[in-house]
Amino acid sequence: MVEFFQQMINGISLGSIYALIALGYTMVYGIIRLINFAHGDIYMVGAFIGFFATTVLKLPFFPAFLMAMAGCAVLGMIIERIAYKPLRHAPTITLLITAIGVSFLLEYGMIWAMTPQPRAYPNLLPTYQFNFSGLIVSVQQLFILVVALVLMVLLHVLVQYTKAGKAMRAVSYDKEAAALMGINVDSVISYTFALGSALAGAAGLLVGVYYNRIDPLMGIMPGLKAFVAAVLGGIGIVPGAMVGGLLMGVAEALVSAFLSSTYRDAVAFAILIIILLIKPAGLLGKKTQEKV
Amino acid sequence: MLSVQGINVFYGKGIHALKDLSLEVGQGEIVTLIGANGAGKSSTLNTISGLVRPRSGSVVFRDMDITKLPAHKIVEAGLCQVPEGRRIFANLTVQTNLELGAYLRKDKAAIARDMQRVYELFPRLAERKQQPAGTLSGGEQQMLAIGRALMSQPQLLMLDEPSMGLAPLLVKEIFRIVQEINRAGTTILLVEQNARMALSIAHRGYVLETGRVVMTDSASVLAEVDEVRKAYLGG
Ligand SMILES: Nc1ncnc2c1ncn2[C@@H]1O[C@H](COP(=O)(O)OP(=O)(O)OP(=O)(O)O)[C@@H](O)[C@H]1O
Ligand SMILES: [Mg+2]
Repeated sequence: MVEFFQQMINGISLGSIYALIALGYTMVYGIIRLINFAHGDIYMVGAFIGFFATTVLKLPFFPAFLMAMAGCAVLGMIIERIAYKPLRHAPTITLLITAIGVSFLLEYGMIWAMTPQPRAYPNLLPTYQFNFSGLIVSVQQLFILVVALVLMVLLHVLVQYTKAGKAMRAVSYDKEAAALMGINVDSVISYTFALGSALAGAAGLLVGVYYNRIDPLMGIMPGLKAFVAAVLGGIGIVPGAMVGGLLMGVAEALVSAFLSSTYRDAVAFAILIIILLIKPAGLLGKKTQEKV
Repeated sequence: MLSVQGINVFYGKGIHALKDLSLEVGQGEIVTLIGANGAGKSSTLNTISGLVRPRSGSVVFRDMDITKLPAHKIVEAGLCQVPEGRRIFANLTVQTNLELGAYLRKDKAAIARDMQRVYELFPRLAERKQQPAGTLSGGEQQMLAIGRALMSQPQLLMLDEPSMGLAPLLVKEIFRIVQEINRAGTTILLVEQNARMALSIAHRGYVLETGRVVMTDSASVLAEVDEVRKAYLGG
């Protein structure tokens, strides 16, 4: 029983990281109907920015964290401006192939710049562990959970209650009608990319801290799983990405503990297929649901 | 106030949707644009709004050349369109739809006052403030679309077939409100297939056929012209 709760805790920490990445997928999909395959690599870049901030610039956790988020926000906007914006009226498949290209560019650009060698992440947080009668919770896990939660609450407030958030939802629903309200659609798309990418940057640094190890191809698998999480929750729906991410993390932790860690990735995709068979629009998806 | 000069609009390679189209709207007027399906009425409004770019010709609004301005800047200039098919944000509440209409404004107190005014103009919306706009009836959605546009405080309001799909009684109601908005000082450019109603409230009209203006006169004269009567007023 303790083992089960232990795996739940591990799964929730992992899942909140998936959720952060999944949010970016879902927001970008919501606003321009693009599966941004480069998103996992933005998360990787976030981890490397954090690495530099802490090793070269010797910054402590929070400044490094903000730097990773800001750096990725800018990166996301640049990618949108250069790679996706010129294709605003192109067929979806063109956009998708471009996204895959951007993904390779980031991965191999980073390999070129940093070598494929994995790097050891510095210890930014205390390694202390709490022991609740056998249940072990590390400070890092608590940190990941709290930070992810705070970011998700902030995002929710922003999307639901601010003028910028309302503009995002309007653009997501109908770009022309939004433009007729005086909304600058291009800039809304741009800051949506910035937001989603900043969350991925945050996740990148958190993962670096959690696993102590980063490399230029680290974004591929979490990127895929976060994408699965986003689809699971209902792509384009913000709370869906949160639920989907947590579910993925927990499922993965439970499967590796009680079945076999070899199968944990297979399980991730099995879950996707089963849920989509039952609910094609995702867990929180409705046909008429807004897409941001 | 608004002057459209010789615009040509093409879709893709083949379709020449607007051909040397010119029209004028003066301050305080209600001007109507009538014509059959596919005549180019919506294309005209969308070109003025900046959603469609003309290949040649110009659009001048209050002495400002807005031909190449992006759509959101044109709204800022005081020109707002209620698009064909309403295009309300069905996923958002009635209230949020109205707030989005005031997106460019910062004067909180005046926004609140205008919102109150819209609710007075359309009491049915007031009863449904927190309802998702997608759950409104067709007539209520049209009211919301008009109310939303009013929230931007337009100098010139363009309406694209506001009577579409509405019962006769509601059509009357909508046209009465359009007249009321005009009396309160907003200039109106009204696109309609319901030519009889449109000509009954307009000062002047333009008749469009396959992308060309084929006739223009005061509304009362147009309503008596044989061709117009035959083509659009049922004889
Ligand atoms: N996005 C588009 N792509 C291609 N052709 C278009 C497009 N929009 C309009 N057209 C064509 O341009 C012509 C004018 O269309 P428009 O929508 O302006 O007509 P309308 O007068 O508003 O008609 P309706 O009364 O049916 O709304 C039509 O032949 C139409 O098929
Ligand atoms: Mg039309």
